[in-house]
Amino acid sequence: MNVAVIVVVACAGALLGIAAGYWLPPHGRMPARERVEGERRILLPFTGEEISRRSFEAAVRLAKAENAIIMPAFLARVPMNLPLETALPVQCARGMPLLEAIEQRASSQGVPVDSRVGRGRSARDALRKLIEQEHFDRIIVSADEDPRAGLSYDDLRWMLDRVPAEILILRPAPEDDRRISTEAVKGHF
Amino acid sequence: MATADHSPGRLKVFIGMAAGVGKTYRMLLEGHAEQEAGRDVVIGLLETHGRAETAQVAEGLAIIPRRRVRYRETVLEEMDLPAILARRPELCLIDELAHTNAPGTENPKRFEDIEAALAAGVDVLSTLNVQHLESLNDHITELSGIRVRETIPDAILGRADEVVLIDLTPEALLERLRAGKVYAPERIDAALNNFFKIENLSALREVALRQVAEEVGAKRLTTELVGSREESLAADAPHAVGERLLALVEPYPGAQRLVRRAWRSAQRLGAGLDLLWVRAPGKALSADEQRSLAALRQLASVLGARMIEEESDDPTTAIVEVAERRGTTYILLGSSRPARGLARLRVPLPQRLMQRLPGVDVRIVADRSQRANGESAEGP
Repeated sequence: MNVAVIVVVACAGALLGIAAGYWLPPHGRMPARERVEGERRILLPFTGEEISRRSFEAAVRLAKAENAIIMPAFLARVPMNLPLETALPVQCARGMPLLEAIEQRASSQGVPVDSRVGRGRSARDALRKLIEQEHFDRIIVSADEDPRAGLSYDDLRWMLDRVPAEILILRPAPEDDRRISTEAVKGHF
Repeated sequence: MATADHSPGRLKVFIGMAAGVGKTYRMLLEGHAEQEAGRDVVIGLLETHGRAETAQVAEGLAIIPRRRVRYRETVLEEMDLPAILARRPELCLIDELAHTNAPGTENPKRFEDIEAALAAGVDVLSTLNVQHLESLNDHITELSGIRVRETIPDAILGRADEVVLIDLTPEALLERLRAGKVYAPERIDAALNNFFKIENLSALREVALRQVAEEVGAKRLTTELVGSREESLAADAPHAVGERLLALVEPYPGAQRLVRRAWRSAQRLGAGLDLLWVRAPGKALSADEQRSLAALRQLASVLGARMIEEESDDPTTAIVEVAERRGTTYILLGSSRPARGLARLRVPLPQRLMQRLPGVDVRIVADRSQRANGESAEGP
């Protein structure tokens, strides 16, 4: 009797194993955490090689509080004499390491990240295109005339007028000279 | 005269970062040296651009006169290919490899004229600016803001027996330009304000140096293998030298990280990059997946990578087919979720790929955010 039970349990276990093994399709390799839908999204646009640490930290705080995803977005500018679809390896050489740095730092704090790259004739045009294509709930930008840090005052005014999302503009502060830069990348990226 | 056995001629290209570095000058000096060594040398085409020192160094070398070609209401002067082929010198100097010929001549492009001369057994010396290489055109346009319309396929340079870099520091070139040694005085200001900026020249110099380094590396590998027992390897050498990366992606946020890493690797190797997503037949995408897919396509486009989408029930076979079709030398993929149940018995994808694609490197890209955990990732 005991032997029969053991055999039945073993067979059932084997069948369950087979089912579990093959139920997962070969395409489903990504962690389930990153497939969650419907989360709030916080856009963190930038144009240069560094981003204000205050705006990054604000994005992380809000993302943690709201269980949101941070969307750092590199806005690349296409010169007028080039087709809009042109590849931009030189700008990407500056923007990609910063995207990596932001993603590493946010992930290390437990905040999920979903990066984007926008492309347009200007930073504003790239942002406008991104806004048309993407859904997000909030934008965080630093009020900083330094073009390395992000968008100009004019761009910020335009955002307040046109962007259908909450916009958090951080006032310049002494600690704004601390930035997340491409040098923050861990590893040989 | 060239020998009658019609063994193809040899091509030597003098390449530089921009006009004025001394490519034509150096070509003419080599022509003189060859002539003094007893060879029959002629100038097939020379563009002095009004530079006195270039015209001066051309003295003493025979010149095949240009021919006049009528195009609409204009008469243009072009290289006389039939005259060169009739003359059949041992060595012909042909300036500006990337030039586009006037309609009505034998070939649309000068490099085709050069190929004809080589085929007739004539050795050729020629000159080229690095921005005329097709694969670098977009890159250099972005660097300089100026698109060069006359381009040549990279394979032409690859076919050259020798590539010589004529190097000059940007500062020295600007000095030559200001001294009127590159352009006529009325063109100097415009040149300084447009193309001839120090940052442009520095970037172009780097591109030229890198290009020639790659050519040298490719030639060395081919030379080492030719004549050895492994002739099949020698035949494959050009493919092996031309690296091509294939990154396996899926529409989820983490794929962007993989693509960025793959792109950086491709940049370092001077390699092309393909992204491949193998989609299960009939699989419907969620809204988030659709957004991720659009973002991946956008990222591929901005980076200059090619996004390939295949529909298949068997991802391994689909990947193998694409890798073979595209001449892939590296495959990059993200780390897999741990297998469950009997799926643990399945051979993991990287091993399957290595078995089916011998000679292709397979690299699993780590999630650096895990490594960075607990450390400060802050810039200075």
